[in-house]
Amino acid sequence: MTAAIEASGLGKKYGRRWALSDCTLSIPVGRVVGLVGPNGAGKTTLLSLATGMLEPTTGTIRVLGGAPGSGPQQLARVGYVAQDTPTYAGLSVADHLRLGAHMNPGWDAGLATRRINQLGLVPDQKAGTLSGGQRAQLALTLAIAKRPELLILDEPIASLDPLARREFLQVLMETTAESQVSVIMSSHLVADLERIADYLVVLMSSRVQLAGEVDQLLASHQLLTGARRDPAALSPGQHIVTASHTDRQSTILVRSDAPVLDPSWTVSQIDLEDLVLAYMGLARTEAAGPAAPTAIKILEEQR
Amino acid sequence: MIWLTWRQFRWQAISGAAILAVLAIVLGATGPGLATRYDQIGLPSCHAMCAALAQQFINELEFGTYGKLFYAGLVVMYLAPGLIGIFWGAPLISREFEHGTHRLAWSQSVTRTRWALGKLGFTWLVSVATVGLLALAITWWASPIDHALNYPQPSPRFDRLAPLVFGARGVAPLGYAAFAFALGVTAGVLIRRTVPAMAVTLVIFAGVQVVMPQLVRPHLIPPVQATAPFNANAADELAINTSGKGPATMTLVGNFSKPGALILSNQTITPSGRVFDGPPARVCLSNSAPPEACSNWLNSLHLRQLISYQPASRFWPLQGAETGIYLVLAAGLGGLCTWQIRRRRA
Repeated sequence: MTAAIEASGLGKKYGRRWALSDCTLSIPVGRVVGLVGPNGAGKTTLLSLATGMLEPTTGTIRVLGGAPGSGPQQLARVGYVAQDTPTYAGLSVADHLRLGAHMNPGWDAGLATRRINQLGLVPDQKAGTLSGGQRAQLALTLAIAKRPELLILDEPIASLDPLARREFLQVLMETTAESQVSVIMSSHLVADLERIADYLVVLMSSRVQLAGEVDQLLASHQLLTGARRDPAALSPGQHIVTASHTDRQSTILVRSDAPVLDPSWTVSQIDLEDLVLAYMGLARTEAAGPAAPTAIKILEEQR
Repeated sequence: MIWLTWRQFRWQAISGAAILAVLAIVLGATGPGLATRYDQIGLPSCHAMCAALAQQFINELEFGTYGKLFYAGLVVMYLAPGLIGIFWGAPLISREFEHGTHRLAWSQSVTRTRWALGKLGFTWLVSVATVGLLALAITWWASPIDHALNYPQPSPRFDRLAPLVFGARGVAPLGYAAFAFALGVTAGVLIRRTVPAMAVTLVIFAGVQVVMPQLVRPHLIPPVQATAPFNANAADELAINTSGKGPATMTLVGNFSKPGALILSNQTITPSGRVFDGPPARVCLSNSAPPEACSNWLNSLHLRQLISYQPASRFWPLQGAETGIYLVLAAGLGGLCTWQIRRRRA
């Protein structure tokens, strides 16, 4: 089975700054992928490379087995909602649907009309007068109605109010439920992705810090608390992600495929947000000092 | 692609059509009157004294409504291509970049090359067709005046090789429109902002429109060289320059009458081939000598006129060459735009 996105040594340089570097990824099809990272981490760059909006400086990227944006067939297989959900301000909602019908051979007019009606959008209304949430929904409708195999959404809900966010995610979940479309959606907030993503990619400072199935990531990370001790005293197969110590107590995040049996530790599950934050914090200390912890190594072992 | 291009371009096209319609009404209302006047004065059927009749016709019109409309027609023909470049060309792609909508367009199942070619090609054709219609209407309206102006005229001359008229007649305006539009689009693609692209289009197009008639057009076809004996009695200019500290000098410009020709240079040279600049003989400086004395002296020097010019018959070859240059430039810019859009720079 071909991967939804297969990147190898992928990098993009703007002038002298690397927006994305050494990105190696393999995302299977059929997933809802959350791409998370702080602003400026390279999320938009990665997604622009995946849609063929940009050409990589180094490395290669294949999307559904093809070169991004390489021709009409490839374009038809990927639906893309760009950052800030651009629409033509002077064109009406109906005009946008007509645009989609004219420019996409696989256009599903019934689906598009149904969605517009469900959303309560007025066909004659100009896109420029729509609210941010309605505009995002219109852009999503355009991307869905071309019947893509992969839907790429670049921070589609970043500027929306909580209600519009929920509605957008609702529509997205319905779509993935009724069609076998793969989704990759970026956000700087884990909370946005937690509800829908079953696969997670953490991007930080232009590098991939963590990638994997959400269930597997949660199952393989444990938070250990116990009396203060030397972290090196863990059993083999357990890798320390982060460790913090007070005078009396140690808190350690470990990655381990086997359950932690040592009774002197209190073992607790970590939630997705804390996990992501731990890896992001790791990348930050890594960037700040030479004492490089083991995040990247863990990633490599995980593969 | 055509549907989206048309949908986005609709209002600009409608305003263009409205302006054309207004101009057509003005020209259509006044054109027949002008043609009637031309017939009444007897120019179409004249056999003798045609130049005098033409002069009479021109003098009659010059300060009236027809004269003003004639000049306005020239101005419109020069403005139209520039305005098309600025208002149709420059925003075409730069507005997409400014609003990020190119990313919406580029994620449809149409390649960027097709998108660019569709958008450019359609609007380009509309631009050239608009100027073509305009040129047709104004040329039709002005044809009685243009005919009369091609008889020998005192300067300033408005025959069709005159720099101001040449660019407003024939097929040259179509070349200007094609070039100005492509220039505007290219500026928009490279600068990616609408207003600066419009300003750059204006500056470059105006510059090219000044450079072309001054430096390029006269040499598109090698000019004809002619010599004739200098006749001081029929000279256009006989000037003695006594100011300054050196000895007095003379400037002579002999008469050269080729109706409708574009004269590039007209020098008076001595038998040895040097440009004649004096010094004037005593008879030319003296107040008591009769004026013929100076002319007789000049005629005794066996001076010759050396003239370089484009004859009136070269109007169409020159039009073809100039239009060709603009079309090649336009095609080059169109290629550059498409190539820039193909390169991945979103």
